[in-house]
Amino acid sequence: MLRVGRLPGGGLAKGLAVTLRTMTRRSITRQYPEVQPELPPRSRGVIALFEENCTVCMLCARECPDWCIYIDSHKETVAAEGGGRPRVHNVLDRFAIDFALCMYCGICIEVCPFDALFWSPEFEYAEYDIAELTHEKERLREWMWTVPPPQAHDPAAEPPKEVAAARKAAARAARRPPPGRPGGGP
Amino acid sequence: MLETVGKLVLVAAAFALLPLLVGQAEHKVMAHMQGRLGPMYAGGFHGWAQLVADGVKFAQKEDVVPRDADRRVFKLAPGVALVPYLLVLVVVPVGPGGQVALDLGVGVFFALAVMGVGVIGAIMAGWASANKYALLGGIRVAAQLMSYELPMVFAASSVAMAAGTLSLQGIVGEWRWWWLPWQAIGAVVFFVAGLAELRRPPFDMPVADSEIIFGPYTEYGGLRFALFILAEYAGIVVLCALTAVLFLGGWKGPFLNTELGWLWTLVKVAVLAFCVIWLRVSYPRMREDQLQKLAWAWLVPLSLAQLALTGVLKVAFA
Repeated sequence: MLRVGRLPGGGLAKGLAVTLRTMTRRSITRQYPEVQPELPPRSRGVIALFEENCTVCMLCARECPDWCIYIDSHKETVAAEGGGRPRVHNVLDRFAIDFALCMYCGICIEVCPFDALFWSPEFEYAEYDIAELTHEKERLREWMWTVPPPQAHDPAAEPPKEVAAARKAAARAARRPPPGRPGGGP
Repeated sequence: MLETVGKLVLVAAAFALLPLLVGQAEHKVMAHMQGRLGPMYAGGFHGWAQLVADGVKFAQKEDVVPRDADRRVFKLAPGVALVPYLLVLVVVPVGPGGQVALDLGVGVFFALAVMGVGVIGAIMAGWASANKYALLGGIRVAAQLMSYELPMVFAASSVAMAAGTLSLQGIVGEWRWWWLPWQAIGAVVFFVAGLAELRRPPFDMPVADSEIIFGPYTEYGGLRFALFILAEYAGIVVLCALTAVLFLGGWKGPFLNTELGWLWTLVKVAVLAFCVIWLRVSYPRMREDQLQKLAWAWLVPLSLAQLALTGVLKVAFA
């Protein structure tokens, strides 16, 4: 094959060919406001709070490098059913994330031991007033509806830990049929 | 009388419309060559009204003249840059049998001389702006005009020699398809020299923004600036029309020369204008010394060789 680039003036022809070839291809521009971008899985758009799972353990607020999570709570005492010792539990009064400070590191989501924080891919929450960027817990709860299901594993990947553990337990149970539970526990 | 007025109206309409079409084509072609879309919103359909919107914006701007500027020359320069191209369009034939506003006997030299005047507008702007960058740009424009006018005239005179006439109508009348290989070198030299004279990229050293801001146009804004830009696109139309008429056989196409002659001319102009845009997108700006070297070390000898070739063949087959 004749190498065009080696001929005198071949470099010029090559340059023209590149631009002409690019012109015949579809342009890569996405017309954003009309066409929504196809975000990759696990996109970090906004942090959603699944309030029901939160125990006010404060781990997220303490680990946050920007200190942009504000949590207020109080304790409530509930009388235990059946006459036991009264139980004390935390009630969430305020949970707010200041997205003007947040740097989207996701550490709060990583450390949450009770799966109360999630990434949502929504990103269209720009405001004219910076104070509006502090999302209170009602707004953070609303973001939960936009959290997508977890990304499917690769076809050749190991099965999820939970599935593997369940299978193992099932196999063990099949090998050794349980001889009537003495304790009667779960 | 009525016929002449009608023709002049047509020329004025073409002068108002074609540069805008070239400008819009440049927006879109350049965008797609760079993997973009270009203007998409103005006017609703693929940004067709972008240049109209630009014009409205330019008209709204403040009319600024620098304090130390030579006011009269400063204000006159955009006109001097623009009007010559309108005058050239008057003598360019679009079709056979008098489809030209003014059939001038010395059409080739009229066209080339008047095109050269257009460059004076940029030099005037550079001098009158009282700005060192504008002055440097103006000097570069002058240097470019000096270097590239010569090969351009040589290439044009080669065609005139081949046809035995200076009339643009006459040249197209004499044109045969085998002139394409015969005058190929001349055509390339003419087109490249014309691009340089229009200061189109890659020959846009006079407006090199990284070193002299915007050259002679640095101090201009608003409508005056728009006139300079319009002059550039009008220059593209004129250069493409002249190249089509002199070297590509003007209204002569593969069929229906008399009925569709004007269409063939327009198609050739459009293809050449596309090439102008294509070259702009593909090549980086040439350095000042490279620019001068291209003119004196390549284009002038090549155009002289073309003249010799034309003369030898003309005498041999006469």
